[in-house]
Amino acid sequence: MPSDEIVIALRDVNKWYGSFHALRDVSLAVHRGERVVVAGPSGSGKSTMIRCINRLEEHQAGAITVNGVELTSDVKSVEAVRRDVGMVFQQFNLFPHLTVLENLTLAPIWVKKMRRSEATDLAMSYLTRVKIREHADKYPGQLSGGQQQRVAIARSLCMKPSIMLFDEPTSALDPEMIKEVLDVMVELAEDGMTMVCVTHEMGFARQVADSVVFMAEGQIVETAPPAEFFAHPKEERTRQFLSQIIRH
Amino acid sequence: MAAPLPLSGGLLSRPLAWSRRHLFNSPTNAVMTVVVLWLLWATIPPVVDWALLKAVWVGDPAACRAAGGACWAFVGQKYRLILFGIYPYEEQWRPLLAIVLFIVLMLVSAHPASWRRWLFWLWLSGLALVALLMWGGVAGLPFVANDRWGGLPLTLVLSTSGIVLSFPLAVLLALGRRSRLPAVRAASIAYIELWRGVPLVSVLFMASIMFPLFLPEGVTIDKLLRAQLGIILFTAAYVAEAVRGGLQAIPRGQAEAAEALGLGYWQKTRLIILPQALRLVIPPLVGQFITTFKDTSLVIIIGLYDLLSSTKVALSDPQWRGFYVEGYIAAAGIYFLFTFSMSRYSQYLERRLNRGRI
Ligand SMILES: Nc1ncnc2c1ncn2[C@@H]1O[C@H](COP(=O)(O)OP(=O)(O)O)[C@@H](O)[C@H]1O
Ligand SMILES: [Mg+2]
Repeated sequence: MPSDEIVIALRDVNKWYGSFHALRDVSLAVHRGERVVVAGPSGSGKSTMIRCINRLEEHQAGAITVNGVELTSDVKSVEAVRRDVGMVFQQFNLFPHLTVLENLTLAPIWVKKMRRSEATDLAMSYLTRVKIREHADKYPGQLSGGQQQRVAIARSLCMKPSIMLFDEPTSALDPEMIKEVLDVMVELAEDGMTMVCVTHEMGFARQVADSVVFMAEGQIVETAPPAEFFAHPKEERTRQFLSQIIRH
Repeated sequence: MAAPLPLSGGLLSRPLAWSRRHLFNSPTNAVMTVVVLWLLWATIPPVVDWALLKAVWVGDPAACRAAGGACWAFVGQKYRLILFGIYPYEEQWRPLLAIVLFIVLMLVSAHPASWRRWLFWLWLSGLALVALLMWGGVAGLPFVANDRWGGLPLTLVLSTSGIVLSFPLAVLLALGRRSRLPAVRAASIAYIELWRGVPLVSVLFMASIMFPLFLPEGVTIDKLLRAQLGIILFTAAYVAEAVRGGLQAIPRGQAEAAEALGLGYWQKTRLIILPQALRLVIPPLVGQFITTFKDTSLVIIIGLYDLLSSTKVALSDPQWRGFYVEGYIAAAGIYFLFTFSMSRYSQYLERRLNRGRI
């Protein structure tokens, strides 16, 4: 169960790409251990919001605080936040020139200055957890999409983050591989990881989310627990969106 | 029964049908065929006559002049001067070994399996070893001042050092050109565009004539080093653009994944971006090397004895006056041997790259 402690706080965040207003007064609070699913039509600013949380994108107004550290242009604050926040991308973004094992040990060795043997043990334990141990010495290109995404999750976990961000982790996968990735995410949720997931997997949202955030046109339109969100959406735009994705 | 003419009769199996279809299928083509045949008839026999039939392979200048064909004896007599310049005669095994070392380094670099970080260090130690061999002064090797270096080793030293030593600077320039810091970006662009905007000839003149004027009294840097420095700084601008192409080909997601894992700028660049980008840069780098290899012949204008200049020296022997064509054909043959194999190699790389196997 989520605690009272707020670990991610967005207050009136605004972001522009040139003259395009991508985030409009976005405010959000995520508690430790909470699982938030972010949904919304394409282009509504979901990726932009989640990428502002580990400063892959800069916001221009408002404040973002992660684990008590406010994100500013100060490199120290960015480093502190990134060390504690893992991210999984739609396109996996594994390093193709490194083996699976090297993908996992790279950041522990270079960022945390861990000894190689220790990093290897850690990596193997996470590879076991995502059921991919036997592929440790292969290159990412030799694995299926589902396997690659599980490696990407394990790679993030090797940094022992307290928060995990997922940006449509199953959207680039063939249908038969979606479940193996979602299973790993469900397990993570059951272990109490704080998670923010942009996803259209409404089954996943029903099963693990503590709250669902619905975005449209750069704004958060509505936030509700999943049961309420699916049964009694308050806003007209939410109802439209739900009717569209449920029809599919 | 008349069988229809097969459309695919070869030149050898059905010469008449083949010629009619390929060489005389329109009036224009018929005229072209006749003209080309006449040109071949007019040029090939005299060339064969001169280069082979009437050629003198061994003998003295008198024999050459009497025969009226190519005087390959001249090349046989002077090949060591052409290849090694005025390097002391008894010590010429040293430049020969240097040439062998260069060829071995090139062959090792040709295989994609060796496109790793150690390759750069291998070249660096290879160049150091070449310098040691050529200069000597240690391990019982007599010292040879670099104003006596010449010929093919000099051409190879200037061009490979030009590529290899410009590489670190080129990588920094390419990264700088993509930097988010405006001052760094502006400085990189200025450097690259400035050097690409001047011809190598003027760079060499600057290095040889202007540069010493800026040095404090009593300090001298010798001519070869100055020319080498000029070639390095000049080549860096071109190599930087090739490296930038490689950097651009790496998907944005790679940098983002590295950043999200907490890697700093230099870690991200060194561990993730460059290892992937530099593999893509090797084919254009081969092309740049061909250019630099040929361009080093311009050092003739500042009085360095590279392959082309040493050929000229060989031709100035009063006994052997007049065998220019033979001398330059020999020099051209050496250039061609190197550049042609490199260009075939770069074609092979491109095919391989297109198949996505790199
Ligand atoms: N780097 C960028 N430059 C300009 N516009 C961008 C950039 N990234 C995203 N956008 C625009 O911002 C809007 C929100 O994008 P995004 O956050 O990716 O949406 P979502 O993830 O909800 O599909 C879109 O209209 C998109 O075109
Ligand atoms: Mg998105």
